[in-house]
Amino acid sequence: MSSNTNVETINLEALKAGDRAEFARLVESHYELVYRLAIKMLNNPQDAEDVLQETFTKAFRHIGGFDGRSSLSTWLYRIATNEALMFLRRQKPGQISVEEPQGDDEELQKPLEIVDWCCLPEEELMSAEAQRYLDEAVSRLPSSLRAAFVLRDIQGLSTLEAAEVLNLSETALKTRLSRARLQLRESLSSYYGKKLREEGKRT
Amino acid sequence: MNEHAECKHLLGSLSEYVDGVLEETLCAEIERHLADCEDCRIVVDTLNKTVYLYHQSAAQVSVPEDVRQRLFRRLDLDDLLEP
Repeated sequence: MSSNTNVETINLEALKAGDRAEFARLVESHYELVYRLAIKMLNNPQDAEDVLQETFTKAFRHIGGFDGRSSLSTWLYRIATNEALMFLRRQKPGQISVEEPQGDDEELQKPLEIVDWCCLPEEELMSAEAQRYLDEAVSRLPSSLRAAFVLRDIQGLSTLEAAEVLNLSETALKTRLSRARLQLRESLSSYYGKKLREEGKRT
Repeated sequence: MNEHAECKHLLGSLSEYVDGVLEETLCAEIERHLADCEDCRIVVDTLNKTVYLYHQSAAQVSVPEDVRQRLFRRLDLDDLLEP
């Protein structure tokens, strides 16, 4: 897994036997990954902290059943992603858009925002305001697309790893990722397009 | 994006195209199309930039120290919390 952790050095036997020190090492080496996943999925620090705590509580409870078919990181990612998705379901039971099954065969929406904002200066593209907009844009994605995008493009997992976490085929993962990216491109184009017009007025 | 049927046809492949993992034939088809479709060129460039910006933004998340401490406490591991 593409994390910079020493997961290989974790003693799985000790972990499964309930060794607290070993579990503490697992937490230490993975809490940042889990928190980042949660905050990008939920866009709220308090909710992200709840998911972080719940993920490791469950991991500790269920580590005895870990069968080693996937890596420990993938296993943790799976727990964390499910926690975040459950959180979203509980939070917005009335919002159908979050629950709506993403028909992977549905026709893609044609891009509407055709404006080349790539030339904006880096400080404009990466400003604190832009950063907030980027996060909000992710949180507007349907949850199934959001999970695929966060795992692949924010956590930096490979297509195969992300597919494994979500229990999807690689093809299905790629389809969701493609939809998520195109929707985000659309959102970002409307935001940065506005910035570009403002910039044009100034100069 | 203009009304070319080809633009629509290629849309679903652009994500793999920007990852550089698209199979050769489709890749060549996209490049031929991009050579004379300005709108699609913009879509590809901004799609690329979108992915790039999110990669960059991932690095900016750090976990506040008190979140780490509360996590260890919640797991009854605070005696094992390293400074």
